[in-house]
Amino acid sequence: MTAMPQPRRAKRKKPASLSEFLCRESVAGYMFISLFIIGFLVFTIIPMIASLYLSFTNYNILGDAKWIGIANYVKMFTRDSKYLKSLSVTFFYAFVSVPLKLLMALIVAMIMTRQSRVTGLYRSVYYLPSIIGGSVAVAVMWKQLFASDGVINSVLQALSINSTKSWIGSRDSAIWVLILLTVWQFGSSMLIFLAGLKQIPKTYYEAATMDGAGKVRGFFSITLPLLTPTIFFNLVMQTINGFMVFNSGYIITQGKPLNSTLFYALYLYQKAFTDYDMGYACAMAWVLLVIIGLMTALLFSSSRRWVFYQGAR
Amino acid sequence: MAHMGMKKQRMISSVVYHLLVAAFGFIMIYPLLWMIMSSFKESSTIFREAHRLIPESFHFENYTNGWRGFGGYTFGTFFKNSFIISVTASIGAVLSSAIIAFGFARLRFPGRNIWFTCVMMTMMLPFQVVMIPQFLIFKKLNWINTMLPITVPYFFGQAFFIFQNMQFIRGIPMELDESARIDGCSYYGIFLWIILPLIKPSIITTSIFSFMWRWDDFFGALLYLNSPSKYTLSIALKMFSDPSAQSDWGAMFAMSTLSIIPILVIFLIFQKNLTDGIATEGLKE
Repeated sequence: MTAMPQPRRAKRKKPASLSEFLCRESVAGYMFISLFIIGFLVFTIIPMIASLYLSFTNYNILGDAKWIGIANYVKMFTRDSKYLKSLSVTFFYAFVSVPLKLLMALIVAMIMTRQSRVTGLYRSVYYLPSIIGGSVAVAVMWKQLFASDGVINSVLQALSINSTKSWIGSRDSAIWVLILLTVWQFGSSMLIFLAGLKQIPKTYYEAATMDGAGKVRGFFSITLPLLTPTIFFNLVMQTINGFMVFNSGYIITQGKPLNSTLFYALYLYQKAFTDYDMGYACAMAWVLLVIIGLMTALLFSSSRRWVFYQGAR
Repeated sequence: MAHMGMKKQRMISSVVYHLLVAAFGFIMIYPLLWMIMSSFKESSTIFREAHRLIPESFHFENYTNGWRGFGGYTFGTFFKNSFIISVTASIGAVLSSAIIAFGFARLRFPGRNIWFTCVMMTMMLPFQVVMIPQFLIFKKLNWINTMLPITVPYFFGQAFFIFQNMQFIRGIPMELDESARIDGCSYYGIFLWIILPLIKPSIITTSIFSFMWRWDDFFGALLYLNSPSKYTLSIALKMFSDPSAQSDWGAMFAMSTLSIIPILVIFLIFQKNLTDGIATEGLKE
């Protein structure tokens, strides 16, 4: 062993060979994440810069992009009532569907904590809509459920309630059909809540019972506070998704009737790929980014007041 | 006697509990059952008998009628396209995410935190912000109406999967890596021979999610595929359902049912991976 170090040390002094270079931790680190870096530059950063530039231009894909300053942004908020409509539709949708979905998920998760031989089956049944809910097949089926001759009206008639209205054809109810489709997919949030509930030590409840606290008190004083990090996580993710909703509006209602289901992403898509008003669509995308950023920042800053992190881990 | 009363009470409460939970579960999956059952009804009676779940007699001609497809292509083509795209994109997403995750989870290098912040950023970034320039790039490359725009980008890692793999790798004791290094194994060897075999559960979970998400993907197909020979199932179903194309609802529901079968099968086989994946990492669409 000791006879050999001489030549090895000499070898080290030479300029590092490729394999030695690649074996340095910092080089290896970059090698491993290089795919991400390339993808990030090509599919995120460069397109982001390009779309920011295009948002200040008039560009219809055929000619050259013409610089028009902030005209797109000004038009959006002053002369495009359809845009403002899509904004209000999307806010309404997000602010109604996300809390409803999470409330549903939390209630069902609480019910699911009761252990029995079939709990696993129940959990799967409730989770199933989340798994397939995003598919076109389900969207098309949902459309037929709420059509004037669909299942909902048939069931109502069987209960001798005379209903022949088309739920997706009416301005008041169409958005609710889409909200219901979202709430129906509460299963994945429910599973996250279940995981959060499992982490609450049973001893807390035992101590509370010893002190004479009932179930309701236990829920509001133990379960809910300890679950706030999970609620927060769900709230952030679902709100972001809520603002980006597209499929249901496109497939089920096409934004109709009277633009009552014209989601932001749907209007943006129409502007870009029906009207080929790509500069305007890019400007819309950047406003969406700002809205989502603001909503996330708002949630994070409010979290200090209501999210309870248990000790330091 | 008091003891008997309590036992009885507990039994009644248990029965009520199961009745309610099961009834609600039935309502939850009723729309699905209705779709599947409608695919066996005679096409013209589907809406006249919308309130009835079980068909009076089972008809299979909806399946043969629907399978014929449109534009000269059968649903066989659409299934094949969906399958090729989902599998290709998933292989790319799963492998690249595992490689990238190892770099972030195990190696120290300058700029690591900044790059990791970038990963998290891509998770929150609305796709609309990059959608148009990406479209223009792919148009320049002549990639429109090919599967490339909806597969190639997945070969550069997906934030959710990177995150999921990182969590998993962090659970593997560092000593394993260190002892391998003493034996002269490079970082690449450690990843390939030690970490990769150990993160198999995580690879399986991400594969399942990736496949299901790609299978259901509608927006990518809507943007980039515009001839029936290239259509995936999701875009084909959308076209098939347009009133102008046809109104054979039996055939429509038959093809819809077929389209969700792969997802249902995966769900039944990998239920545990799916529910655990959701529960531990909060993975979701």
